Amino acid sequence: MDEEPSIDELTSTGGCQDALHTLYHYLDGELTPERREAIQRHLSQCAPCLHAFDFEAELKAVVARSCRDQVPESLRRRVADVIEQASKSRPDLV
Amino acid sequence: MADQARFTELAMEYMGSLYSAALRMTRNPADAEDLVQETYLKAYRAFGSFQEGTNLKAWLYRILTNTFINSYRARRRRPEQTELDDVEDLYLYRRLGGLEAVTAGRSAEEEVLEHFTESDVKEAVEALPEQFRMAVLLADVEGFSYKEIADILDVPIGTVMSRLHRGRKALQKALHDFGRERGLVAPTPPAR
Repeated sequence: MDEEPSIDELTSTGGCQDALHTLYHYLDGELTPERREAIQRHLSQCAPCLHAFDFEAELKAVVARSCRDQVPESLRRRVADVIEQASKSRPDLV
Repeated sequence: MADQARFTELAMEYMGSLYSAALRMTRNPADAEDLVQETYLKAYRAFGSFQEGTNLKAWLYRILTNTFINSYRARRRRPEQTELDDVEDLYLYRRLGGLEAVTAGRSAEEEVLEHFTESDVKEAVEALPEQFRMAVLLADVEGFSYKEIADILDVPIGTVMSRLHRGRKALQKALHDFGRERGLVAPTPPAR
């Protein structure tokens, strides 16, 4: 194995630790605007952190894309039918 | 108070999301269809109590998860695993995402996609213990905020964050294991 530095060695500064610690809060849109800007400033200057963020963001997007399924037409009809029946059997609620 | 006659017009557009979530929760198309049908019927009957203008999608998800927990989980005999192995942060990135990819001009997307198929991802999500699976689905697939997830699952926000954190790490480990079984991920030791 060649001596490529590990992610831990490349991201040992306080700014890196801070960024990686809030990585998911950042990707989930859960940071205040000020904290978000501070992280963006760090990412604009730190390739190892930026790359880790990109990787995690892509993984999150892949999970979202992979977990979408087509609704069977038969299910759409079933749901429409039970709601129509419910509206007839409970006319007081309509 | 919401008008029941408008239910169809407002609620049907979420069926794709609800059905996808139901599939991941029940892991079975027939049960997923029953769960979605039951959710819509309950939602229709309760629609009078829905505050129009508030988050209808989150309200439907709350009914879906409650219905799942009450009707489907009760059927299962073996107890649900609630503990997860401790996995380090950035588990996959440490193993797949080396910086050399950047210098080689490859994007993060290419790096991620070359290692897994869509069905690997579904399988890895479905392999998560239920409470972690729900948190990951609601955050990563549906994009709900931590506050919304806390309301849907009826747990504190701190619990949502902890389940998400641990669920995501476990998902990364499962993905890595699948990739390795399929020979898409080289069985190399983790980067130092």
